[in-house]
Order: sequence, then C-alpha cells, then structure tokens
Amino acid sequence: MVWTNALIQGLLTGGLYALLAAGLSLVFGVMRIVNLAHGDFSILAAFLVLTVAGHTNLWLGTIAVLPVMALLGYSLQRSMLNKSISMGVLSPLLITFAFSIIIQNALLKFFSSDSRSIQTDWLGSASIKINESISIGLLPLLTFSIGVLLTLSIHFYLTRTRGGRAMRATSDDPTAAELVGINNRHIYGLATGIGLFAAGIAGILFGMRTQFSPSLGPIALIFAFEAVIIGGLGSLWGTLLGGIVLGVSQSIGAQINPAFGVLTGHLVFILILLIRPQGLLPKQKGN
Amino acid sequence: MSILIKRSTKVSNFAIPVFAIILIALFLVPSQLDFSYQIKFVDLFVLIILATMWNLLAGFGGLVSVGQQAFIGIGAYSLIAFTDIRGFGVIPGLILAAVFTGLLAIPLSFLVFRLKGGYFAIGTWVIAEIIKLITVQFQALGGGAGISLAAFADTEREDRIRFVYLAALVVVIVILVGTFVLMRSRLGLALTAIRDDATAAGTLGVNVTAAQRTVFVLVAMGFGAAGALITLTNLRVQPDDIFSVNYSAIMIFIVVVGGLGTIEGPIVGAILFFLLQDQLRDYGSIYLIILGIFAIVSVLVAPRGIWGFITRNKVSFFPTRYVVTKKKEGK
Repeated sequence: MVWTNALIQGLLTGGLYALLAAGLSLVFGVMRIVNLAHGDFSILAAFLVLTVAGHTNLWLGTIAVLPVMALLGYSLQRSMLNKSISMGVLSPLLITFAFSIIIQNALLKFFSSDSRSIQTDWLGSASIKINESISIGLLPLLTFSIGVLLTLSIHFYLTRTRGGRAMRATSDDPTAAELVGINNRHIYGLATGIGLFAAGIAGILFGMRTQFSPSLGPIALIFAFEAVIIGGLGSLWGTLLGGIVLGVSQSIGAQINPAFGVLTGHLVFILILLIRPQGLLPKQKGN
Repeated sequence: MSILIKRSTKVSNFAIPVFAIILIALFLVPSQLDFSYQIKFVDLFVLIILATMWNLLAGFGGLVSVGQQAFIGIGAYSLIAFTDIRGFGVIPGLILAAVFTGLLAIPLSFLVFRLKGGYFAIGTWVIAEIIKLITVQFQALGGGAGISLAAFADTEREDRIRFVYLAALVVVIVILVGTFVLMRSRLGLALTAIRDDATAAGTLGVNVTAAQRTVFVLVAMGFGAAGALITLTNLRVQPDDIFSVNYSAIMIFIVVVGGLGTIEGPIVGAILFFLLQDQLRDYGSIYLIILGIFAIVSVLVAPRGIWGFITRNKVSFFPTRYVVTKKKEGK
C-alpha cells in the first residue's frame, strides 16, 4: 500500500513539474532558446506573492503577481532577448544565465537565504481520505489539475486561435511568417510572456506546497528540463507525461531511501537520454 | 597570380621576447615577494585557467556549458583521493587528478552530446548536480561536510605556498601554450568552423562530433587541474562550494567581458575580474548582481568583449587565424 501511495503522490508532484516545464518548453518551441533563468523566475513569483500577500491576502497577491510576470517576460524579450537572438545561439544563453544570477542574488539580498513558505490557511492541510493509508492532499490535486488545464489551454491556443497560428508559423519559419505580415518580435514577446506566466503559476503553487529559498531556482530549472527531455522535445503532452514520470520516479526513489529521491529522478532522466533520446512522446513529423 | 598566407601578425613577432620577460619575472616572484602576494597570484592563475578552458569550449568549440564545475569538483576530490588516500605525492596527484577527470569526461560526453545548444547547457548542469549528489554518498570522501587535504600537514606554510605558486604557474603555462598550439592545429581550424556553422563544417569533411568530444575531454582535464589547484590552496573541499554554479558565472563573466573566441580575451578578463574582486567582495550578494549586469551589457553592446573592442580584432599576440592576401604583380 505504501507503494500505491508513493505512486499517487509522485503523480501529483509530476503535475507541478509539468507546470514548471510548460513555459520552458513553449519558449524553446517558438524561438529555440532555452531560458536558463526559468526556475529563478518561478521562485521570484513565489517571493512576490509572499510579499504582496503579507500586505493584502493570498488570492489578491496571486492575481496581482501573474500579470506582472507576463509583462516582465514580454518586456525582457522585446528589450534584450530579441536583439540577442539575432546575434547567434550563444548570446541568449549568456543573457538568460546572467538573469538567473541577478535574480538569485537580488532575492538573497532582499529576503536573505532563509526558507519560507506561502501560508494557505485550510487549503494546505485539507485532504481527501481514500482509505486507511492513502489520502490525497487537496493542494497537490489542485496543482495537478492546473497543470493539466494549463497544458490544455496552451494546446487550444496554439491549435485553435489566430494568435496561436501566428506563433506556430513563426516557429516553423520566421522569415516566411514575416512575409505574410506577422510581427515576429511581438510573437516572441508573447511567447516569453506566456512562459513566465506559467513559471509564475508553478512557482506560487510550489511555494504553497513546500519551503522555498532564493537558491532553489536552478533546481526548479533542472526538474523542468528533465521533464521536457523525458517527455520529448517540442511536445506539450510529452512534457506533461515527462513531469509525471519524473515525479513518480522521485517519489518511488524516496520510498526506498529518503536520500535517494532526487537522485532517482536524475537517473531515470539519464536512462531515457541513453535509450530513448527523442523522449517518450516525441513531436510527430509534419504535426 | 600568387597568394600569400600569413599566420603571424606584426605584434606577434614581438610576442616571444615579451612573454619571455613576463615568464622570467613570474618565476622570480617567490624569491622577491611575500607569500600573501603569491597566494593572490595563484588566484589569478586559477581564474585564467578556468576562463581559457571555458573559452576553448564555447568560444572556439561552440559548446556552451554551465556545468563545468562538475570537472572542477572531480579534480578537487581526485587530488585528495590520489595524494591522501592512495599515497601518491602531490605532483603525481595533481597530474593524475587531471588525467582522471579527462577519463571521466569521455563517458559523460556520450550522455550530454545527445543534447544540443541550450539543452546541452542545462544537461551539463544536471551532470554537475548528479556528480555532487553521488560524491556526498561516499563517507571516505567526507560526505556532505567535505574533506581536508592532509598532504601538506608537515610542510611549513611558506614552503607550501611557494610550491603551490610554482605548480599553478606551470599549469597555467601548459594550458596557454597548449591552447595556442591546439588552435593553430588542424583540430583548431575544425573547431572554429564548427562554431561558425556546424552543418557546413560537416559537409566540408569535418568530423563534428569527434572534434567536439576531443575538446570536451581536453578541457575537462584543464578544469580538473584547476580543481586540484583550488584544493591545494584552500586545503579543504566542500561539495556545495566546489560544485557551485558560481564558478560558471565567474568564468562566463570573464570570457564574455574579456572577449570570446580570442586567446587574449580571457586573460584580459581574468586580470580585470581579479582587480575588481577585492573591491566587489565587500558588497556581498550585490557583487554577483553587478557581474550579471556587466555581462548583459557586454553581450548586447560589445559582443567581442574588451579585447575585441579595443583592438578591433586587428591586434593579436596569439594569432590563430590564416590571413590570405594577394601578392602584387611584379614583386
């Protein structure tokens, strides 16, 4: 029964990893750049909510912070990253890595290295009891549902809306997209805006579930990255699956020995990289 | 019509006497300067090694990594394993640490080379995290608390520092000369071609993966040696420090601000960083924020770094390029 429990808890944690990974995956899919500060933006959102919620309340804080994240993503893309994309593959990596270092140390400066968590009153402790040994936390369940919902929304946006069609066109061939009147620079801004919005949701839910500190950004990035690679590059549903596989691996590893949780996740990632480098659900050709 | 191919530049003809003088001066440092200065020089040498190696990987090889601290850590721990645990002397320990790090880099390259571009960068970072997590499982290596180097326990402080200074000086010379020779070789030309356009290089007959794997392994040896030198100075290794991603931040800052893709750039950047370091350290965490802002401005405004900005790529002490000119008729 402990194993079933580990499986269910891992599955729910996987929803959080999928949320973390969704933004990373979208940004890479649209402009082929990897935002090395993605995890730090998540943690930044958690700290912002913590601050705003301290003055008002949690839900107002969340509603205020998420648009700020989106706007931050859009403006960073338009002001710096767009220029760096035109300078080759190296520059965007260097700039986002610099973002990562700046955010981490700015958070350290303002909030110190202490661990904190976002207080949620009843939501954090509420759970649904299945039987004697298994109960499902309401917050993990909510996180998982939001993960699935966000993947669905991005999928719907990309396949069913005019803006999404433009985004896919820019991703396939930026020059041709420009010729038919699409403003690539705006599309790139939107993609990073959505990316940081998603990173923000992930960071806030992460902060409600566990303790967090400024140094957690890189770990969040690494989990998101592993979810993307396990699931398969360029595939939204793959990323969701990858997050779940990672969550379940960590949870089962921790069940064997509490010190092995994260390490087991890494080893499963390496295993996938070795035997199935295209990921579990790779993007179909011509899709 | 005939053509003239030149590999030297006007300045590079003066390079050998100039460097000979600098080298003699550096070898005289232990007899002339106090050991507190020698320690600072070791710091500078380590910075030059880290930056030169990262530049070889990214600026010449086109492989952007933010996980080279993995090899710094492996070098540091294997120095302790070879000298204290296995009982080799310090010098064989240093060499073995570098070689062992290079050997480990071979299987690791097969893993990370499955990833390209930005995902390669994070892939190397994951490897660094995994190696850290595995290292702390070994109680013989001190677990999470770290381990001290005992080899110098019976050595006088001044003798130890003189020894470390000379070791670091030799390593930095080997690395700079090695990089220069490598970049002028066939492999160097292949690497430059890969960095500019991997697909085009491949169609011209360059074995892209083999060239990149070779440079990845050679660079890992350099990082291993740097890790060993850091341990020789600090006399202690702690997993969270030696595997810290801050090493990547520092080397990227040095290379980007100094000048990516030149041999001089990282040296200029390392000296600049070394001079700034003492001033910036008082600012605590703001110090890394300032480095980050510097790096962003440098990438966007002066992508060729200070060296490229000042010299406009016309002056080169370490020329690695081929300059082809038409010979005038009748000459």
